[in-house]
Amino acid sequence: MSYIPIPKSPEKPEHPLGPFTNTGKLTGGLPIHLFCRGCGYGAVGQAITRVFVEENIDIKKYPFIVNVGCYSQMPLVLPGDCFMALHGRGLAVATGIKMANPELKPISIHGDGDLLAIGTNHFVHACRRNIDVVIILLNNKVFGMTGGQTAPTTPTGYRATTAPYGFEEEPIDSVELAKACGATYVARWTTANLRQFMKSFKTALDHKGVSLIEIVSQCITYFGRKNKMAEPIQTFRFIKDNAITIQQAKGKSPEELKNKWIIGEHVNITKPELSEIKYDLIKRHGGKK
Amino acid sequence: MIIDDEYYENAVLTGTHLLMGNYAMAEGCLAAGARFFAGYPITPQSECAERMSERLPQCGGVFMQMEDEIASIAAVIGATMTGRRALTATSGPGFALMQECMSWAALLEIPIVVGNVQRVGPGSGIVTLPHHGDVTQARRGGNGDYEIIMVAPSTCQELFDLSFEAFNLADEWRVPTVIMSDALLGHIHEKVVIPSADEMRKRLRLRKYTPDERLKFAFTQADKALENFEITPLPIIGTKYFPWWIASTTHSTKSGLLTENAKQAFETIQIKSYKILKNEDKIAMVEKFNLDDADVAFMAYGIPSRTAMEAMNICRKEGLKVGFFRMKTVWPIPVTELKVLMEQVKAIIFPEINLGQIAGEIERYACVDGKKIPVHLIPHTSGLHTPSQLVSKVKEVLS
Repeated sequence: MSYIPIPKSPEKPEHPLGPFTNTGKLTGGLPIHLFCRGCGYGAVGQAITRVFVEENIDIKKYPFIVNVGCYSQMPLVLPGDCFMALHGRGLAVATGIKMANPELKPISIHGDGDLLAIGTNHFVHACRRNIDVVIILLNNKVFGMTGGQTAPTTPTGYRATTAPYGFEEEPIDSVELAKACGATYVARWTTANLRQFMKSFKTALDHKGVSLIEIVSQCITYFGRKNKMAEPIQTFRFIKDNAITIQQAKGKSPEELKNKWIIGEHVNITKPELSEIKYDLIKRHGGKK
Repeated sequence: MIIDDEYYENAVLTGTHLLMGNYAMAEGCLAAGARFFAGYPITPQSECAERMSERLPQCGGVFMQMEDEIASIAAVIGATMTGRRALTATSGPGFALMQECMSWAALLEIPIVVGNVQRVGPGSGIVTLPHHGDVTQARRGGNGDYEIIMVAPSTCQELFDLSFEAFNLADEWRVPTVIMSDALLGHIHEKVVIPSADEMRKRLRLRKYTPDERLKFAFTQADKALENFEITPLPIIGTKYFPWWIASTTHSTKSGLLTENAKQAFETIQIKSYKILKNEDKIAMVEKFNLDDADVAFMAYGIPSRTAMEAMNICRKEGLKVGFFRMKTVWPIPVTELKVLMEQVKAIIFPEINLGQIAGEIERYACVDGKKIPVHLIPHTSGLHTPSQLVSKVKEVLS
C-alpha cells in the first residue's frame, strides 16, 4: 500500500500469531498496524486471530465485513478476508451474503457510531430476523476516525470534540436494544476481559442465530485526552472500574448504574434462524410453477 | 455467476402470457437467473416485489423485504459478491436513497441490477403516473465520477427481454445496471412471449473463467492510453479468489488495495468511467427506422417510442420524410450512432416525459462541420404524448 511502510525484515521478535494475520503473511511474520498508541483494537484483532488459530477453524467460511471507523484498519491484523462496507450498512450486506450463500457466516465488525447512530435501523432488523451473523460492536464511546466527536454511547457529562461543555444526552445501551429486538446471543466485555471475549466469540461462532458481542474499548487520542485521561492506563482503568458484572448489578438502583457497563453473557437462547426458514421454503415450493 | 440448473426450468415461464409490466420485469429477471431479491414496498413497484416473493422460492431463490431502500441495495451488493445474480426494484424516491450504494458498487465494479419504476417527481409526486425524472439521477446521482448502463424498454415484451439483457450487460461490463420502467409501463397488461428454457440458456452469455484469470487482478485493468480494457472476473466472497481486503475507498488499479496517491487514484477513476464510455459502440443498443431519406428524425427512449413510431407512420402516409432513432439503452449515450444520424437529418424532435434530461446530452453531439442541428424538445409529464402533438411539431419544423 502506498502509505504503509513495510519493513524489509522483522526487527522485533516474532509474535506467534503474527504469521496468521493478513499483513503477517506479507512481511514474513511481523504484522503491521496503524492504530493509535494505547488503542484497544489491536488486542481485539489478536484475540479474534487467536480463536481462529487455536480452534483451527476454516476461515473461508467466515468472511469479515468491516465497517467504517478506526477499526477499518483491522484487516491488517485479522486472519481472514475482509470486505469493507459503507458507514452503517454492514448488517444489510451481511443479510444479503447469508441469504444468497447460507454456507457462509459473516462476522460484521462495527463501531458504536456505525451501529448505533446511522446503522441502528439495520441493527434492529438484523436482531429481529435472527440471521446467522456475528455482530462485534467495538465501543470506544466516540467517533474516533473523524476526530473524536460524540457518539450515542458517550457517557453523559463527558467531553468530546463536539461537546466542549460536556455531553448533554444520555447514552444508549446496545445490550438492552438487542434484547428488545429479540437477539438470541448477547454479551458485553471490555478490553480488560479479552479472555472471556474469546470464549464468547467461540460460542457466537457456533451459535445458530444472531449474536451481538460488545467490547468497550479505550480511545486515548480523543476520549482520553478530552477527559483528563491522556495516559492509556488512566482510560483503561476508567473502563475497568466502571464495568460491573451481571451479578454485581443485581439489586442496584438506576442511579448507581448510571454510566456503568454491565459485562457478561446477557442472553443465550435458541430461536429459528432465518436462512434455514427461507431455504426450507425452497424445499417445500421449489419446482412448482 | 452461479445459475442453478435444477430450478432453471421453473424460472423460465415458457409460453404466451398476458402479463403486467411489473410481472414481465420479474419474469425477465428470473429467466436471467436472479436468485435474490431485496426490496422495500413503494408504489408503483409493489407488484414486482409481490411476484418475486411468490416465484423466488419456486425457482430456488430467496426473497427479502428489507427495512428500507438503503438496506435493499446493500443486501443486493452482498448477495452479488457471493456470485449470485441479485436485483432490487424501487421508484424515484427510493432510488434517491440508493445513490450512495450505487456509487459504491460503481467503484468496486459490482454488477448489481436495479429496476426503477419511475413516477412523477420531484418529492413524493404522483405515485401512479409516469415521469422519466430519474434519467440523470441514474448516472449522476451518487458521489463521484462513474458510469452506469441503463436500459429503456417500451413494451411489456421488451421489459422481459431487456431485464434479461440487463443482467448480461452488468456481468459483461461489471457495472451497476438500471432497468428504466415507469408507472404506466409497469401496470399495463400486454402479450409477452417467453421462449423455452433452452432458448433462454443460449441467451445467458455467462463467461467461464480459469482459476488463473480469477487470481490475477480484482479490478478492471487498462493500458497506458486507456483505450483497451481487461474486465477481470468479480472476486467472490468465501472463495480463494477474494483478495484479503476490498475496501470501499479508492484503490490502486494494480494492487487493488486502498491508496492515497493522486496518480493511482486518477488512473482508477478514469478506468471506471472510460471502460463504459469508450466502449459505448459495443454497449449501446439503438433502433433506426426510415432514416436513409429523412429530413427530420424523432428521437425517443422508453414509452414515448410508441408515440413516436405512430407519429412517424402518420407523417410518412402524408408524404413527410420523417425517420425515428430509438435508444434502447439511455446510458451510455450512443455517440457513434449519433454522429451518423447528425449527418443524415436536418432537425431532431425529441419527445421526453420530463423537462429534457437527455435532450441536453444529445445537443452536445448535434453539430456537423460547425453547423448546429436543432434539437426540438417536447417535454411532458404524467402520461403519453399524443401522436398528433408530434405530427404538428414536425409540420412546424419543416415549414
